[in-house]
Amino acid sequence: MVIAIATPTTTWYLLLAAMLFSTGVVGVLVRRNPLVMFMCIELMLNAVNLTFVAMANKLGDIGGQTTVFFVMVVAAAEVVVGLGIIVSILRRRPGATADDIAELKG
Amino acid sequence: MIVAAGTFTAPSIDWFALAPLLVLLVGGLVLLVTASFTPQWPKHLYAYATVALGLAAMVVAFVQWHAITRDGPKLLVGNAVSYDHFSMFGIITICIGLSLSAMVTDDFLRREGMEGPEIYGLYLMAAVGGIVMVMSNDLIVLFLGLETLSISLYVLAASNRRRAESQEAGIKYFVLGGFSSAFFLYGIALIYGGTGSTNFNRILTAFDSVPLQRKDSLVLVGVALLLVGLGFKVSAAPFHFWAPDVYQGSPTPVTAFMASVGKAAAFAALFRVFVVALPNWKDDWRPVVWVLAILTLLVGSISAVVQTNVKRMLAYSSISHAGFILIGLEAAGHSGASTRSGMPSSMMYLMIYSVLVIGTFAVVAVVGRTGDGATDLGSFRGLSRQKPWLATALTVFLLAQAGVPLTSGFIAKFGVIEAAVDEHSYALATIAMVSAVIGAFLYLRILISVWLADAEVGDEKREAMHIPISTGAAILLCVGFTIYVGVNPEWLIQASDRVVLVAVPVVGG
Repeated sequence: MVIAIATPTTTWYLLLAAMLFSTGVVGVLVRRNPLVMFMCIELMLNAVNLTFVAMANKLGDIGGQTTVFFVMVVAAAEVVVGLGIIVSILRRRPGATADDIAELKG
Repeated sequence: MIVAAGTFTAPSIDWFALAPLLVLLVGGLVLLVTASFTPQWPKHLYAYATVALGLAAMVVAFVQWHAITRDGPKLLVGNAVSYDHFSMFGIITICIGLSLSAMVTDDFLRREGMEGPEIYGLYLMAAVGGIVMVMSNDLIVLFLGLETLSISLYVLAASNRRRAESQEAGIKYFVLGGFSSAFFLYGIALIYGGTGSTNFNRILTAFDSVPLQRKDSLVLVGVALLLVGLGFKVSAAPFHFWAPDVYQGSPTPVTAFMASVGKAAAFAALFRVFVVALPNWKDDWRPVVWVLAILTLLVGSISAVVQTNVKRMLAYSSISHAGFILIGLEAAGHSGASTRSGMPSSMMYLMIYSVLVIGTFAVVAVVGRTGDGATDLGSFRGLSRQKPWLATALTVFLLAQAGVPLTSGFIAKFGVIEAAVDEHSYALATIAMVSAVIGAFLYLRILISVWLADAEVGDEKREAMHIPISTGAAILLCVGFTIYVGVNPEWLIQASDRVVLVAVPVVGG
């Protein structure tokens, strides 16, 4: 049995990245748990990383690949701060969702 | 494809040119480390140290301003950082914001019993991030500066752990800030794919070398995403939702810092990216900025009218000010960085607005009393009878924000509207003036409470208002600047006119 295997091109990676990014966007907009929203942001950042690597590969340029390391460091720093804020809120109100955190409005 | 390790040559670094950044960075780290070893220090030393560092960085920036006037602008660290009048103007704005905010924060922290070095360390790190954004000549450097600033601001917004509102402000700012950063970063990735580089010079030349790239959809989507990402940061409508909540929930001096330093850095970055790096795509982004400016102006001034919390009102007023600065960007989109209209008037607007907003929030911090809770309009009633001088200062700030002549706010608004008229954007200029009138209603509403209304029933039972020395000094400095610039604006206008000489347009660099 012969299975035709197409060679992945840059476009495939870009499309995958775009899909991952959109998943992240929808997740942030739809999900109500702060932790899950936060994970969706990480998903968006990783979609961008994939884009960078695919582009760097296509352009034959090292710049895009090194950028990924910067993005990973920034994402790690965001994780620290984000989890810190989430933990301090959940300690005050266990099980809070994004809808519960709504004292500020007008 | 991958450069062998032996052929890597590190870029030469002109350390003196980076001095303002290094002063704040090293100062902030030393402050945090020494503070953790010497807990018995008098706490207000941290504030003094922060103000001193801010002033030192500002003095260095002045020296460099003159050095640049003499020797001309240049690029540093492998063309990743630009050293020009635009950078220095932005740095001076940020340092003014940093020093004034630190003065207000000192008394605030003592009143709330939250003294410590952390807030000042975060202020300094945020200012470093802002300076990196202002000086950046590469999208990745810009992104790193943006994140340094934003991450510090998330923590600052949530820094009052006793108030649920502060925590809520922190999480909202964090989620929406991270969301917008991801958009911004995706924009960088697509522009990188479309032009082959993240460096501003290369992005410029990519357009010239391959004319067909004009229609490159990757770059256009990238430009749109960059605009979304930075639009969030400058709180332009329709990306402004976070601003009222975050401004209201954050500790008041932090709000002042956010509205001055955060906004100045984000707008400077917006100008760097769009006017300096992407002028070749200006016919694509300018109409979008036009729409954003109108939306921002109208949303900012109309939504402010129905608010009852003064911090929230000021947040909407800050959105409407963002609309005015976007008018400057739109004007700069017509003329590029070459003429004296859009860019300088916007940078001047940012400096003037930074001082105004810190002064206003300093008054709000005093009126807010212990707990930082009394910021509804009712708490301002009868202020003129309790503290006539504080009421006078607030009047000056609010009139200046409304754009009354003989205050700095008039010069700022006049500058951007003149820039728009020079570029024949009459519709934009008209809407700006209409929204300034609507906005004036908001400021007058606060002033009527302050001057004409009697104090709320039961107000005498509340804690007496107390104006501490350094907050008072900060308010006095802000009033002085506001009136001095309003009466005698020539020097500031002339100085801001020089920011158009940016280091970048050396095509082929």
